[in-house]
Amino acid sequence: MNEKKIATRDAYGEALVALGKDNADLVVLDADLSQSTKTAKFAAAYPERFFNIGIAEADLFGTAAGLAAAGKLPFASTFAVFATGRAYDQIRNSIAYPRLNVKIAATHAGLTVGEDGASHQALEDIALMRALPGMTVIVPADGREAYRAVFAAAEFDGPVYLRLGRPKVPQITADIPFIIGKGVVLREGDDLSIFSTGTMSSEALKAAQILAEQSLQTEVIHLPTIKPLDQELIVQSAAKTGVAITVEEHNIIGGLGSAVAEVLVEKCPIKMQRLGVRDTFGESGSPAALLEKHGLTAAHIAEAAKALKQ
Amino acid sequence: MVALAAEKLEELKEKAARIRYDIISMIGEAGSGHPGGSLSIVELLTALYGYILNVDPRNPQKLERDRLILSKGHAAPALYAVLAAYGFFPCSELRNFRRLGSPLQGHPDMRKLPGIEISTGSLGQGLSVANGMALAAKLNAESWRVFVILGDGEIQEGQIWEAAMTAAHYRLDNVIAFLDYNRLQIDGPTSEVMSLGSPAEKWRAFGWDVTEIDGHNYQEIIDAVERTRQSKGRPSMIIAHTVKGKGVSFMENEASWHGTAPDAKQLKAALAELTGFQKEEHRDE
Repeated sequence: MNEKKIATRDAYGEALVALGKDNADLVVLDADLSQSTKTAKFAAAYPERFFNIGIAEADLFGTAAGLAAAGKLPFASTFAVFATGRAYDQIRNSIAYPRLNVKIAATHAGLTVGEDGASHQALEDIALMRALPGMTVIVPADGREAYRAVFAAAEFDGPVYLRLGRPKVPQITADIPFIIGKGVVLREGDDLSIFSTGTMSSEALKAAQILAEQSLQTEVIHLPTIKPLDQELIVQSAAKTGVAITVEEHNIIGGLGSAVAEVLVEKCPIKMQRLGVRDTFGESGSPAALLEKHGLTAAHIAEAAKALKQ
Repeated sequence: MVALAAEKLEELKEKAARIRYDIISMIGEAGSGHPGGSLSIVELLTALYGYILNVDPRNPQKLERDRLILSKGHAAPALYAVLAAYGFFPCSELRNFRRLGSPLQGHPDMRKLPGIEISTGSLGQGLSVANGMALAAKLNAESWRVFVILGDGEIQEGQIWEAAMTAAHYRLDNVIAFLDYNRLQIDGPTSEVMSLGSPAEKWRAFGWDVTEIDGHNYQEIIDAVERTRQSKGRPSMIIAHTVKGKGVSFMENEASWHGTAPDAKQLKAALAELTGFQKEEHRDE
């Protein structure tokens, strides 16, 4: 873990530039946040294929739909809260329903937006996107995985929601290809399973370290694709350990925890707890302070896991 | 401007008469649907498919075709009847409108029916999609154009004005929008529900070339589209003054016929008014 920390949004920006080189059909759209979403890198490299739509998210996604319908490969970016909130109906009716090949790359998701506060912290975006038929939902853990997820999304034919974060995060994933729908075993263990996604997977790994010191062998499974979910891997691990914890930077209603619970309750009912934001809005504060307040640090995760295991 | 040949004009009128008959039959048979705003755009659609658009019913996905987006998706019966009349699918499909399993959904579905360029139904979204297609055409240096039909009530949606700005900003002179200006929406006159002010002034202020025409006059429709060729660097808005429910006396200018199907007696009366064509020739010739 000596590699430099980078934000998943930075990896996204770099991946777009790399992808744009060989794919002439790649177009990128933004809604006046290109410096923050990092699409500005693509704009600088390929100005003729970048469209700033202004502060108009409904139009942003509608325009992306039209580009896709005419054979282009659009990546459309804004903050997650605006993408899934302001433009939900456009994503539903102009993208998901007609199954158009639009990639919704939404940055600044979750609590770790930090100081901007509740209005800018998307905590329900996974729930909204997951409920749309045919929508693929991807939440990378780190820069390397985000970079590869962008390529995987570009190769995949269909609408994709890519959830990206603001802060720099540690590199935790190995040098492996990104396969949509596949979970990643970050650490093996027999005593309990932690299922995590996005930036929480590094905390989950640290929690497993703490638990190991207390003689609890924890299996950590990172689920970068929330839809379609790697049901087989989840059931396999749950059947082995009999205890499941989910961790996500999202409301515990409708996100990863709900998705895993849906699988386990039908296929392998075991003791389970969902960790995440407990059905409240966020607030201003540093990312670290917010994660601490909402119990989303390694220490909290380890504590919850231990309590559930007993 | 080139005067429309008398024969062509007759052909379009004959088609339109059949299309109106089909619209009312479909809605009558389905027991639901939107007759008012379907009947008001019959001449627009007939002029487009019968004269203006570069489309091929035998190859509906032809790459360099013109695109038509029915942003006011509830007028699907008009689009379906026109597409069937011009051979995109058999006329016999029309009777399945709104039935379970039918490709003729209540609102247009691009994945179910040939000739539908984008699924619509939730108002306000078609112009943004049109802009996206038009940008693609420009990127590819292709000359096809995107036509959009907007409802007048529909332009109350904020997204329309976002898209209006985008089309002007990106100089999309390959976008040609029609406003079906029939002055009625579900709850009543647009002037009472939410005033539109002067649509012409609004669209001009947004950087569009604007023309106003009689939306039931073929010569005016065709001339207006021809004039858009001169709109270099600017999108075009053709404000078509229309009559909601056009062609069925008791439906004309009545907001109550926005989304109501005729009962058996009304259906009979409506169809009796719509008989200006040879029905025998009509079925899948």
